Amino acid sequence: MAEPLDDYIDAVSKALALPIEEAWRPAVRANLEVSLRLGRLVDEFALPDETEPAPIFTA
Amino acid sequence: MSAKPEMTASEIASAVAGRKMSALAATEAALARIEQHDGILNSFTDVTAERARAKARAIDADIAAGKKVGPLAGVPFAVKNLFDVAGLPTRAGSKINRDLAPAKRDATLIERMEAAGAVLVGALNMGEYAYDFTGENIHDGPSRNPHDTTRMSGGSSGGSGSAVGGALVPIALGSDTNGSIRVPSSFCGIFGLKPTYGRLSRARSFPFVASLDHLGPFARSVADLALAYDAMQGPDADDGACTTRGLEPVTPRLDESISGLRVAIAGGHFQKNVFPEAVEAVSRVAQALGATQVVDVPEASRARAAAYVITTTEGASLHLDRLRKRPGDFDPAVRDRLIAGAMVPASLVDRAQKFRRWYRAQLAEIFRSVDVLLAPATPCTAPKLGQVNFNLDGVELPVRANIGIHTQPISFIGLPVVAVPVPLEPLPIGVQIICAPWREDIALRVAHALEKVGVVAAPAPRGF
Repeated sequence: MAEPLDDYIDAVSKALALPIEEAWRPAVRANLEVSLRLGRLVDEFALPDETEPAPIFTA
Repeated sequence: MSAKPEMTASEIASAVAGRKMSALAATEAALARIEQHDGILNSFTDVTAERARAKARAIDADIAAGKKVGPLAGVPFAVKNLFDVAGLPTRAGSKINRDLAPAKRDATLIERMEAAGAVLVGALNMGEYAYDFTGENIHDGPSRNPHDTTRMSGGSSGGSGSAVGGALVPIALGSDTNGSIRVPSSFCGIFGLKPTYGRLSRARSFPFVASLDHLGPFARSVADLALAYDAMQGPDADDGACTTRGLEPVTPRLDESISGLRVAIAGGHFQKNVFPEAVEAVSRVAQALGATQVVDVPEASRARAAAYVITTTEGASLHLDRLRKRPGDFDPAVRDRLIAGAMVPASLVDRAQKFRRWYRAQLAEIFRSVDVLLAPATPCTAPKLGQVNFNLDGVELPVRANIGIHTQPISFIGLPVVAVPVPLEPLPIGVQIICAPWREDIALRVAHALEKVGVVAAPAPRGF
């Protein structure tokens, strides 16, 4: 049965020309689930629109 | 005079400069110890014996000619194998990088250590591409804990922790993106300095996460840590993130009183998910410093999450082409994490970098009323090699994902930290002495004061 992230993984894999063998897919999916879960924690935190990112480019 | 394993770098340099021992004798002693013990510890991947002998002879010739020698004269040291060493491919713990051309020039920090008289004796084992907290390596085998060789050295600078903890060399250099200096320091029972982000040049070292990468020293005493740190400071146009601040030597100030410094215990996130030994270690250090105040560090768990997002995405970007062309040559665990990192939406990375600025401001506010924060370096003492889970308060947790939970929220905003070893039985464990940006001097002075009263010390290796 297809997992919820599989379509996304397939699409990004194609877009980035990044091949994923079937044997790796469960581990890639599990890692992506962790990354997205932690990403959501960051996403949920409201920041003022004016917030600068930490790295600042100096011309 | 012959060099004994327990001699510190300061003692070796003093004996060499005072003509009581030759630099060559100190070098040969280190090479002999590596030969004798590294079969078990597996901390070295390259031993640069001929280069080391040539350098040592040159120092001895300078001394014989009456020339002034540097503060690290004749001190053997080794570097994590992501530092460029002229003549070696910079493998960074990988199989793939072994195909690189040999480096033409040493990393800046090696050049500075050698300019101070230190003698490079080799390159050290590490987790693949530094994406690791265990010190295990699928290609080179694990570096082993010097106090119990069935246990992890910690990573990713595992060889650095193992070599210094095992007293093969008095000083090693490593890198720390999320905890890779502080974790091996904790597991191997030694001192480690992760300086302020940008303090020490990363030029000619193999990167991992440009936003978070730091380089720094390991040693068996605070004086040695300060000697190495002082020798390596200074601007470097070859590293775009390196500070233009002038030298701020700490060695002459190590013995300054620490009375009056405001020391607090980091609360919240830093008091969760810890084993009793980590609680005991922080308690001993806090008690010795008279610290009772607990300061909550707001959103530290979220800071760890943001550090994770930046790490996995910048790491993926760094390795994208290798992931396409040579996926079968990666450690599968590293490869699968990096592929996943390549798939994280860019908007989350941008938010993580913006959150980083917000979080930095929160810590800056804390450091207006506090000079030092104390936190565990690791939640536990060294786990067994290959251990997958540990049980904390009846809950099974994955080892790899949790080793760095207390280091990540600190390196995320580049604060300077000295990891100090508390010599508990049966295994040592580290505590982080955390200070405001550019105040390595305070962290080192506090570490030195703790060392003087015997609360922290690098235990003699007894695992081999």
